[in-house]
Amino acid sequence: MGPRRRTFLLALLACAISLLALAGVASANALAPETGGSPNADRTHTIYVVLLVISAVVFFGVEGLLLYTVVRFRARKGAVAAQIRGNTRLEIGWTVATAVVLLGIVIFTLVELRAIKNPDRSGANGFASSSDANLYASLGQPAPPGKGLKITATGRQFVWRYDYPNGAAAYYELVVPTDTTIRLDIESSDVVHSWWIPKLGGQFDAVPGQANHTWFKVPGKLAGHTFSGACAELCGRGHANMLASVRAVTPPQFGAWVAAQKTQLNEANKAAAAAAATQDPLAGKH
Amino acid sequence: MAATIEPPPRSAVTAPRRAPVPEIAARRVPRRRLGWIEWLTTVDHKKIGILYMVTAFAFFLIGGVEALLIRIQLGGPHSTFLSPAKYNQLFTMHGTTMIFLFVVPMMAGFGNYFVPLMIGARDMAFPRLNAVSYWLFLFGGIVFYMSVFFSPPEAGWTSYAPLSGDAYLPNSGIDAWIYLIHLTGISSLLGAINFYVTIANMRAPGMGWGRLPLFCWAILTFSVLLILALPTIAAAVTMLLTDRHFGTHFFDARQGGSPLLWQHLFWFFGHPEVYIMILPGFGIISEVLPVFSRKPIFGYKAIAAATVGIAFLSLLVWAHHMFATPLGTAVLAFFMLSSMLIAVPTGIKVFNWIATLWRGTLEFRTPLYFAVGFIAFFTVGGISGVILAIYPVDWQLTDTYFVVAHFHYVLVAGAVNAIFAGIYYWFPKMTGRMLSESLGKLSFWLTFIGFNVTFLVQHSLGLSGMPRRIYEYADRTDWNVYNLISTIGSFILAVGVLVTVFNVVRSLKRGVNAGPDPWKGNTLEWLVPSPPPENNFDVIPRVRSVEPMKDIRRAVARATEAQA
Repeated sequence: MGPRRRTFLLALLACAISLLALAGVASANALAPETGGSPNADRTHTIYVVLLVISAVVFFGVEGLLLYTVVRFRARKGAVAAQIRGNTRLEIGWTVATAVVLLGIVIFTLVELRAIKNPDRSGANGFASSSDANLYASLGQPAPPGKGLKITATGRQFVWRYDYPNGAAAYYELVVPTDTTIRLDIESSDVVHSWWIPKLGGQFDAVPGQANHTWFKVPGKLAGHTFSGACAELCGRGHANMLASVRAVTPPQFGAWVAAQKTQLNEANKAAAAAAATQDPLAGKH
Repeated sequence: MAATIEPPPRSAVTAPRRAPVPEIAARRVPRRRLGWIEWLTTVDHKKIGILYMVTAFAFFLIGGVEALLIRIQLGGPHSTFLSPAKYNQLFTMHGTTMIFLFVVPMMAGFGNYFVPLMIGARDMAFPRLNAVSYWLFLFGGIVFYMSVFFSPPEAGWTSYAPLSGDAYLPNSGIDAWIYLIHLTGISSLLGAINFYVTIANMRAPGMGWGRLPLFCWAILTFSVLLILALPTIAAAVTMLLTDRHFGTHFFDARQGGSPLLWQHLFWFFGHPEVYIMILPGFGIISEVLPVFSRKPIFGYKAIAAATVGIAFLSLLVWAHHMFATPLGTAVLAFFMLSSMLIAVPTGIKVFNWIATLWRGTLEFRTPLYFAVGFIAFFTVGGISGVILAIYPVDWQLTDTYFVVAHFHYVLVAGAVNAIFAGIYYWFPKMTGRMLSESLGKLSFWLTFIGFNVTFLVQHSLGLSGMPRRIYEYADRTDWNVYNLISTIGSFILAVGVLVTVFNVVRSLKRGVNAGPDPWKGNTLEWLVPSPPPENNFDVIPRVRSVEPMKDIRRAVARATEAQA
């Protein structure tokens, strides 16, 4: 066995070992984005899988051709290189073929896109909340048909704050009713952050001075489930720890939770005001 | 330079039978200077080229060490090897170093050394300006690295506002970064003008645009892109500087500024920058493939046109880095389409390269190994690029390890492989000595395996939800395993790079004598001795095809036969 052959075999062995190691941990999300928490994430997943299949065909086609070429046309005794300078038909052919594949991908994406961008209708058992007619002209995202819930998520170093329509607020964990279309307004009060719960759809940057929008709808059967995610835009030293999670509960549980949250907040505000009134020497003089 | 170039007497070109009349005459002989003073004061494009390449490679090794520190930190969950601040500083330094201090100047180094030789010129158009370019680049690097003695920047190589503003990062690391952009930017701008003028005006007689070597086409396009893109980043960092120190509010939303403006300005430069880094690599590959397959390049015109086409499109795709920001649907759709379009000329190139190998007689010397490795794995970066151009998919993948994997496939499997192909191809010309083939092939296999082990799994990391630029991650079996594989791979890759460093150092003294044309090259640099004399060419040959050296070898063979 020559040294070249040995090198090649060693290389193959190393590749095989690393692939095996990969296979050992290969879970559902090793090859495709996470999915399952919301219809928009599922639809993105569908586009991705179609792209992956096309990519695999292109990849194996190109690599196979390359591999065949470098093995078949190695310099041998008596072999003469063909002095070809080009072939206009062939070149136009592969230019058109590349363009057609890409055009196909674009058309497919644009067809699928609407259902990712535009919010779904809330389910019949969704949380009853008045739907406001706030249009998202700048982003082309219309208000969802029927009822829905609008929540504002505000990023700041290094935590997310959520504001609910009834005035309740929470940090870190977003509690949402299932089977209800949740529209998120994403804002930032300091640097750029990015809202990302992979199972509930893609990333949306929180840019100071602008509002970004997304939506998700957790199916009823996933009540009690918690989805985790993280800030996806570098926001400083605590970026790694700017985690977020979304807990889905049934609509009645949500109603109770958000009311309790509001009461707690009011009480805390009152207590704080009272404490300030007794402690602040200036407050008594009025 | 004391040597003065005089117009070539017609007799030298048209009447080769007479004794050759020297085309170049020195009015006074320059005093020979001490070794290191010569290097400090040189205006010779070849010495400047070597200065560029050696300096850039030194920065490559520094950037590589930074990468290894990052990978050690990420080898396991909740690692405490680095503090969050140190980690942010390291990836900022790593990205900035590799882009501004390694790939771009390395390509400029190759261009400096080989463009004049390939087009049959005796130097660059503006030799002193050329020296200024190099020294500005070096000082840009030094200014930047001085920040390690106080507080290195920690906002990433993209320095997104408002994080890079004085409210969030008041220490002067960002300022050092700004000055690096300015100094290397002026350096690249002057260099680009120099390349452009040289290629436009100083080609050998007979070398029309259709006979310009493809590497020179690439450097020409690289120069035009630099000239178009650099003013934007210069303006952007100046605005950042005045925001930080002089009370302006360009990027401060609370005062009516816009953080998105920074992103637009940055990426209007940043995306062409990607092609500034990769186009000269395409050029190197287009030179190496025909030589080692003993075949003409397949579709010369298509490759040259694709180079220009890619450059044009690269100016129209910047917002695909911003798909997750608040942008209108029409904007998103436009940038998706334009980004997809770039895949067409890039695909043309890949097919043309494979067709160049097809039916050749492939001589598997080290440069061809790296060139084939380039085609094989740059393609992966291209495919993942198309996936990322689909913006709903990008929403799930941007700012994750999938993107990290994507651009390392483009820049390491692409640009770095091309640089290594260039080093192995041209080292004999620059030094007169061959690099060791066995060490070269060992280096290829180590970098090839190391690279794929490091970066292939990062696609899965991103798909399973790991954001980039985080200094620690949760204890999850899949992330732990992928990250560990990646860290192991990075060390294999590092060993592969060190084998080439060792090869270069060893071969400077002990390499086999190369002679003027060890590979039977196609282009004019192989006509002159290795290393070339200061004036490059005593007689500049007339160029009659894309492969002038083939014509010259044929003419010599005929002349020898006639004599015998």
